[in-house]
Amino acid sequence: MIGVVRLTVELAGLTTLLLLVLATPIAWWLARSRRWWREPVAAIAALPLVLPPTVLGFYLLIALGPASPLMAVLHPFGVRTLAFTFTGLVIGSMIYSLPFAVQPLRAAFEAIGERPLEAAASLRAAPLDAFVSVALPQARRGFLAAAILVFAHTVGEFGVVLMIGGAIPGRTEVLSIRIYELVEALKYGQAHALAGSLVLFAFLVMLAMLVIDRRVGRLQP
Amino acid sequence: MSAATIAVQLVGRLGRFRLDVAFEVPAAGVTALFGPSGAGKTTVLRCIAGLERLGGRVAVEGEVWQDARSFRPPHLRPIGYVFQEPSLFAHLTVRGNLEYGLRRAGAARLGLDEVVAFLGLEPLLRRSTTRLSGGERQRVAIGRALLAQPRLLLLDEPLSGLDAEAKAEILPYLERLHQLMRIPVLYVSHDAGEVAGFAERVLLMREGRIMPAPQPPPSGGSIPTDALAGLARERVAGLALAALAAGLEPIKP
Repeated sequence: MIGVVRLTVELAGLTTLLLLVLATPIAWWLARSRRWWREPVAAIAALPLVLPPTVLGFYLLIALGPASPLMAVLHPFGVRTLAFTFTGLVIGSMIYSLPFAVQPLRAAFEAIGERPLEAAASLRAAPLDAFVSVALPQARRGFLAAAILVFAHTVGEFGVVLMIGGAIPGRTEVLSIRIYELVEALKYGQAHALAGSLVLFAFLVMLAMLVIDRRVGRLQP
Repeated sequence: MSAATIAVQLVGRLGRFRLDVAFEVPAAGVTALFGPSGAGKTTVLRCIAGLERLGGRVAVEGEVWQDARSFRPPHLRPIGYVFQEPSLFAHLTVRGNLEYGLRRAGAARLGLDEVVAFLGLEPLLRRSTTRLSGGERQRVAIGRALLAQPRLLLLDEPLSGLDAEAKAEILPYLERLHQLMRIPVLYVSHDAGEVAGFAERVLLMREGRIMPAPQPPPSGGSIPTDALAGLARERVAGLALAALAAGLEPIKP
């Protein structure tokens, strides 16, 4: 049981960390670009919101499987397949939760507007310097929201991890899948305990979101 | 092209009208860029700062900041820019704002203490910028711009967002600025009374062009003293400018 919880937290934590790094430049570009293909790119980044997890899982299974062109590229490095591995789960979770990172970050970057960055430029800050010293701290609310949403969403995912993880105990079996297996085996008592804790967890996450949002909002109108 | 000037020549489209300006002024004292709203004054200032790019040429004290082949990005231009709204960094304290440009400016001729004393910012230093009055904010913004060690100060209607009381609070600082730092100032304004008091020269702008503008009338000169008797020199000069801006032709004696 502890192993399942630890694996779930590891997966959610790693996904959150990597996804914030990946989503930041995407959200920044979406917030500031004026190219016509900005919204098509935004739509692609938002696709996981509306696609059934099984569709996503199916394509990921093929992309991460031994026969895919991606794996052919990685073959020289000793990687034959990422399906049914923890790395595969992280990749799948990142894609599945991408919109939950991109949307709040984009909104936060857009809310900053042009002016603080112009002020920074007039005060000798090069673009990257201005991004780090002005845009990142002013978007901290967005980062907080993105981190919490991605973490919680990854803990709650089921379809994608089942498709590409295969529920291998100790390697790819996470909480949501364990609950499914317990129910299938008619072990309702244990299922209750796990499901109940997840409800509590979800409540705490939402509460934290709202409280933090109000607190940080007061500091930064 | 002499070295100690600010030489600007800009051409480009700006919304519904064409901006087409060319001027060269001494790189010393206060030059007011004056005209009604929507004349393109702010755009000229933004182009000099490098925040916007039109075609043309900008050279300050012999250094070319923009011409047909080159464009120096804003963070490499030694300017100080005060926006119409103070635009302070909300995530930093007053001190943090003041130090932002100072830290990045390299060799500092003007120190934090000097500027803080000059603008009376001491009691504000540890405050959050969100808890300041309009006048206080603009004072901090001016201090922040000065501490970036500019060689050219660009003021974009620094008083227009303020109420009368706050204006009266800021104006004396702007008038005494030359005591602190001997750098040229370009001051954009649509309020004649504001600039007439301390501008050495005035460029009059209308619909994207510089108008042939006479200098403010000298005191005791050829102005009709009867009608204007008892008015302060600033007020008279302001009236004259306002009349020109409104499209009245100067009377040829």
